[in-house]
Amino acid sequence: MVSARSVSVGPGSLSYTDLPWIIQHREDRCTLCGHCTAVCPKEAIYLAYRRQRIPKLDVLKKKRGNEYRTFVGIRQKKNMANACIGCSMCSMVCPNEAIQPVPNTNEHRTLFFNNQKGEPNKRGGRRNVVGPTLLDRIMFNRISMLTDPALEAGRHEFNLTTTLGRTLDPAEFLKRTREGGWIPPTREIFPFIIGSMSFGALSPNMWLGLLQGVAYCNEVLGIPVVMCTGEGGCPPWVLKSPYLKYIVLQIASGYFGWDEIIRAIPDMQCDPAAIEIKYGQGAKPGDGGLLMWFKVSKLIARLRGVPEGVDLPSPPVHQTLYSIEESVMKMIQTLSTAFSHKVPIYPKISASTSAKSVLNNLVRNPYAGGLLIDGIDGGTGAAYNVSMDATGHPIASNVRECYLDLVAQGKQNEIPIYAAGGVGKNGNVTQNGMALIMLGASGVHIGKYMMQSVAGCLGNEKNRCNVCNVGICPKGITSQNPKLYRRLDPDLVAERVGEVFMSIRTEMKKIMAPLGRSQSLPVGMSDALGIGDQAAADRLNIKYVC
Amino acid sequence: MCRLALKTASDAFSPYEVLQGMEAMQEGYDGSGLGLLLRGLHFEDFKYNSKYPILSGIAHSEEAWHRLTSFMEKRGFELKYDHEFETRPELIEAKDRYRYFLRAYKIPSALSATSQDEIETELMLTRLALRKNGEDHGNDLTCFSFWPDVATIKEVGWPLEIGDALNLSDNRIKSRVCMAQGRQNTNYGINLYACHPFFIQGIATMTNGENTAFVPIRDWLLGKHFPGYTGYQSDSETFTHILHYTLKHLKLPLQAYKHIITPLRGVELANHPQSKFLTGLRDSCRRLIIDGPNAVIGTLPDETCMLVMDQKKLRPATVGGRPGAWAIASEMCGVDAMVPDRDPSLDFQPMREHTIIVPPERKELTIWSQHDPYPLDQAA
Repeated sequence: MVSARSVSVGPGSLSYTDLPWIIQHREDRCTLCGHCTAVCPKEAIYLAYRRQRIPKLDVLKKKRGNEYRTFVGIRQKKNMANACIGCSMCSMVCPNEAIQPVPNTNEHRTLFFNNQKGEPNKRGGRRNVVGPTLLDRIMFNRISMLTDPALEAGRHEFNLTTTLGRTLDPAEFLKRTREGGWIPPTREIFPFIIGSMSFGALSPNMWLGLLQGVAYCNEVLGIPVVMCTGEGGCPPWVLKSPYLKYIVLQIASGYFGWDEIIRAIPDMQCDPAAIEIKYGQGAKPGDGGLLMWFKVSKLIARLRGVPEGVDLPSPPVHQTLYSIEESVMKMIQTLSTAFSHKVPIYPKISASTSAKSVLNNLVRNPYAGGLLIDGIDGGTGAAYNVSMDATGHPIASNVRECYLDLVAQGKQNEIPIYAAGGVGKNGNVTQNGMALIMLGASGVHIGKYMMQSVAGCLGNEKNRCNVCNVGICPKGITSQNPKLYRRLDPDLVAERVGEVFMSIRTEMKKIMAPLGRSQSLPVGMSDALGIGDQAAADRLNIKYVC
Repeated sequence: MCRLALKTASDAFSPYEVLQGMEAMQEGYDGSGLGLLLRGLHFEDFKYNSKYPILSGIAHSEEAWHRLTSFMEKRGFELKYDHEFETRPELIEAKDRYRYFLRAYKIPSALSATSQDEIETELMLTRLALRKNGEDHGNDLTCFSFWPDVATIKEVGWPLEIGDALNLSDNRIKSRVCMAQGRQNTNYGINLYACHPFFIQGIATMTNGENTAFVPIRDWLLGKHFPGYTGYQSDSETFTHILHYTLKHLKLPLQAYKHIITPLRGVELANHPQSKFLTGLRDSCRRLIIDGPNAVIGTLPDETCMLVMDQKKLRPATVGGRPGAWAIASEMCGVDAMVPDRDPSLDFQPMREHTIIVPPERKELTIWSQHDPYPLDQAA
């Protein structure tokens, strides 16, 4: 049967209540300045001309009639491509509080249409699961009450650093010292590390703001923070600067940016903090980087050694090599050699039930400087929604079982485990990080939390914003479009980096002081942890408390 | 808080003197127990050969006593002396104390022909086997130490009353070194094995305060799979085992102990003449960093005595004395009670960087600082 063309409703027709966010616009306040429509990253709103009928009744003449007036107002587009993402930029720029998006409390229908043109939903952000994470529910409950004078977080002296890089068993260390053997390089760093976000995923202003903030933390605040580049290299002037020592250079399966890095080695003033070899990422296990053409600007193209405006999907694995064992061994050894065995080299993998086998492989590799495990709640600039929401492994139990495996071998001081993926998902960054440390991590990587706290990233787990993948970041954090990223002032980002790390440092002391810990980071101090969930307590081998 | 007292003197003295020193410091403890470790032994009724290992412990039943006797015979140890305490059981809280034993044995001739290391291993394994034997039989046998020239007594109760119960004032046992600890066991359950001083292969330490880094340190020591690194009824046992690991496994000098348990901070390390070595040592021994507050008092097989503080230095400890007699105590009044005839103006309270060493000749103290050059060639 031929459809009734007169009814303009098709299978994909949506109304306002079908959209995840509904724009509320108050015409009585609107001055038609146009700021909102200009700033909207999705072009979700437009200036509309409408006609209004005004009934007219002339009682004396017993005549009824109409008058019409035209008016202008802001309306929301209802198609998928322009659906509001709830970023609220419109309300932030409105001089008159006339407009704001409100979350649709109804079950919205866009979920069934976000695969236009056969392309599944892709986005940035992280797993869209709201509510307290397991890490949020962990309590630090071994309070040193009876035999200790309580420490005072404000005045006592705390050692808050951790080791990055392999350390030797004490007997082996002494033997090599006696014989003049090679002692693997280590770094003494702050245990909260800015995780890998690439120059490409992040805008130049964001990236440079972070680096500026990191330098300030190190050189002024005395907090030895390091940050990881992510795949995509590092600007040549940074490679040749004294700030390189605060940077962990990442090499991933696309090897983007490594031509520049290798060429810069002879001119480096100092060694980088470490080299991270990315084998996997918690947010999208099995995928490599997915930098889309929108974000491959002239600068990015130059850094990565590719033409401008092309998609840059990294392969999921380091294809040139034969097996993961061989890959890990050869890459670690090659990179260690490239930096004269003076830089710690460690792999990053996605959390997985097979993480332990990778770890045990590393235990036997004398050049491996650690292992970073990235859990399912980690963020990403671009991934398929199904990868983010449903693929991967939570970080807590994965780190715990890897740590306990090292404990059983007596190797827990030799290969540091770093954890990532959901640290600070609900803002409890220090609590989450310290819980992971007491479960056995030597430190944690934080990426998404940094974007949110230092640059005001608007993304959340109710799928607000999350458009990092298409380069339209309304805050200019993940865009390569100068019109957008000029909105972000690198100096203000740097200032926030300083504030965030000062605050983490204070909170670490507030957690450690009641536990009677101040002299070393409480790595593996699982006797201090409790959770009101018997199953989780059993799995993590910590106390159930109620 | 635990109270600690150590006296070391060229002439053997009665452990009761140290118990009286403990009494002077009575305010701090709750009378939950006493641990005594004697070294450089002298028995009134036996000419003791200091090569004979002495087995110390408690048999809680007659059956356990017989089992102990036959166990030692089977293992080839020949009984040379069996010290019988003249006990007053009414002063002891616990009722399951069949016999306190201090027994000197001659080691089997096959064993004495082997290396010193093998002898030391066998002595430790024998002690651990007896401990296990007791644990397998409802804890009816407790074994504290088995080592030449070392006797250990541990009991629950008020220290001086325990001394009276075992009649320690009768001068039948004397020693040149005596360590005593009044135990307040608040972290874990009351257990005789939780009582200081702890002992492993000739090395003994006792501690006040709490080791908040206990679990990570214990986990690391357990990972060494060394048979003696076991027990851990008390968090302070790790201090003894770290000292043992430093001296016996790593074969480092006593000064390294302080660098391992409380390494210098980053800036201090950077300014140290052996910065590179000590930084590497800190990194490789990172899991052994203690987190007190503690004062750790220890003795070594050659009768060297030592005292170190943790980095926070929130627990006091004082050392004082004169040539020939020295006392280390958690309170000044304890030192006063144990060596009254000294110049108290020369008493010393170590700071966070100090290791106090009273060498076996007991002429003067060594006050060694972590900032001093480290005494090992390999560090140069």
